[in-house]
Amino acid sequence: MLSALFNILVFPGLLFLSFLGTTAEYIDRKLYARFQNRVGPPWFQPVADLIKLFGKSEVVPEEADPAMFKLVPLVALAATCAAYLYIPIWGTKALYYFKGDLIVILYLLTLPTFTFFLGGWYSRSLYATIGAIRSVTQLFAYEIPLLLAVLAPALLANTWSLSEMVEYYTVHPWYWLFNLIGFGVALIALLGKLERVPFDSPEAETEIVAGSFTEYSGRFLAFFRWAIDIEAVVGASLLAAVFMPFGLGYAPVVAFTLYLIKILFILCLLTLARTVMARLRIDQMIDFCWRIVAPVAFLQILINLILKEILL
Amino acid sequence: MDDKDRDMLISIGPQHPALKEPTSFSLALRGEKIDAIQVKIGYNHRGIEKGCESRTYIQDMYLLERICGICSHAHSTAYVQAVETIAGLQVPRRALYIRTLIGELERIHSHLLWLGVAGHEIGFDTLLMYTWRDREAVMDLLAELTGNRVNYGINTIGGVRRDLTKEEGEKILKIIDKLEEQTKYYVQIAQEESTLIQRLSGVGKLPKADALRLGAVGPTARASSIAFDVRKDDPYAAYGELDFKVVSADQADVYGRTVVRLGELLEAYSLIRQVIKNLPDGPIAVRAPRKIPAGEALSRYEAPRGEDVHYVKANGTDMPERVKVRAPTLANSQAIAKMLEDRYLADLPIVVAAIDPCFSCTDRAIEVEGKGLMSWEKLRQYSIDWYRKQGVDFRNVKRII
Repeated sequence: MLSALFNILVFPGLLFLSFLGTTAEYIDRKLYARFQNRVGPPWFQPVADLIKLFGKSEVVPEEADPAMFKLVPLVALAATCAAYLYIPIWGTKALYYFKGDLIVILYLLTLPTFTFFLGGWYSRSLYATIGAIRSVTQLFAYEIPLLLAVLAPALLANTWSLSEMVEYYTVHPWYWLFNLIGFGVALIALLGKLERVPFDSPEAETEIVAGSFTEYSGRFLAFFRWAIDIEAVVGASLLAAVFMPFGLGYAPVVAFTLYLIKILFILCLLTLARTVMARLRIDQMIDFCWRIVAPVAFLQILINLILKEILL
Repeated sequence: MDDKDRDMLISIGPQHPALKEPTSFSLALRGEKIDAIQVKIGYNHRGIEKGCESRTYIQDMYLLERICGICSHAHSTAYVQAVETIAGLQVPRRALYIRTLIGELERIHSHLLWLGVAGHEIGFDTLLMYTWRDREAVMDLLAELTGNRVNYGINTIGGVRRDLTKEEGEKILKIIDKLEEQTKYYVQIAQEESTLIQRLSGVGKLPKADALRLGAVGPTARASSIAFDVRKDDPYAAYGELDFKVVSADQADVYGRTVVRLGELLEAYSLIRQVIKNLPDGPIAVRAPRKIPAGEALSRYEAPRGEDVHYVKANGTDMPERVKVRAPTLANSQAIAKMLEDRYLADLPIVVAAIDPCFSCTDRAIEVEGKGLMSWEKLRQYSIDWYRKQGVDFRNVKRII
């Protein structure tokens, strides 16, 4: 019981994730700033921002549904943290695993987007409503490619459990190279999931102020920000486990260090993307995802199906 | 705008992150598409024209320079030219060249600023950071040459107030070389970066006929293949003696406007090189009379945003009887509704930004809704009554003067 509580709240749960999340945000912001020839924030800035937000008073719009408005940020945070428990980070086995946990992880990672939608929808503000609708529209565009991209390596490993997948790729150490196309697709989908440039139209500042978060303030906004920080790490961890499963068979310390390097690499790629690109319109985003990204994801599945016939 | 089919009515402005100045756009949306749009300006009336009538000609110059924080030199030059025409002053050539130089440096900082703002509006903040970093070089240069980063105060009636030394000329050339290199890099970005092209190309279409009908000016008109430029068609300052071409494009969209502005940046560098090479010797100003003889004059100036028009009427005293300013944004703001026809909400910020609006410079009149036209006395009384109703009574304010 006590160890489960420790797992949920400290390691690898909330506290550790928060540390990783704020560090990831710092790295993202610093790198973004350096790419743009700016100085960037000091290392404690993301934590300071969160503490500041928690200290501020919150305003709940009169027309908003107060219960939903206050509840959804917590759901976002809880869902992202829960997903992390099923991702192997220091060995081939995650803390908790069962047959089919991959689906659960993907489901839990879809929840934050739905909370963005619900939060925006129940704030009843026009900007928030448009942002909420865009969030969900975008969800339909990237979620299927992400699912297909993650499905391909799972097909090869012949399992629906992330931990078993990692075990399979540890036994066949070079097979992850087959999934590189899927990795590209998943990266694009992750950009959409995290609502980062070029797919940040749900919170496009110059059009709809802050999208779903327009009416959020104080600790409710802080919970959202916290959840988004953690979501970035969890998303990167999922990609690292699925597409870069090498090295997880070594000693836990080595595997964990490798894991940190892997997510750092993925986070740097995300930052690079948002540095060099402009924001796409929501219609362009959907066009891009359905016309190019989804077919490419299918191609990966096709390749893996053929490989399966050859290799097994 | 009360059609039942429309999904929602949304207002962008008067306060909104996309807008740097107060303006209001009321949009009727159908999904993400803009169904109808109403543009409303007039939030920033500062009574500058009226203020001019109770100040001397020299004081007016400094007041009018503060119409715009970006093209301040455009307004002061346009005004000074009008006054000089009425007074019949022969401005020394060296002064005209220095005016041209400052005017082109101003164009560079204005266009670099625009490029950054355009990048920000489409979520391409890296472009903003890069261009504004480069813009600092021009701003610092202007501060070194004139003493100020924005309101240069270099003009005076009959010439300019500060001379240009040889060393300063060399420094300008050095900075211009660096900026030209950077601008070429931006041109390359505009040609190659696909998300940028996707967001700009085909957005905010303004065909030539519409541009003419709605009276668009400056880069907005030139991007719709109307090669009109006051510098070429009605040369002032030293432009008649310099060699440059009017940059125009035929895309008639936001991308075309970007191309025009980038092309104008490159032209501006060549103009500055010519000015410094051909800078004539001689005095920088002639003495101007304090009282300007009765008469009137209209002066045109190609500001970075388009044609800026000043009208001055003198009555023989040391104060003008009437000063009228038509800032380029007023001409261009008519076209916004046309450009946004059948476009997406996401296009609004960039389409509005693409005319390089300066709404505060534009507001020359204010209408109190539902009150119709008012005389000066009536308006004054109305404002006194209005403030009294809010609990502010100016009778209790101690007069200092």
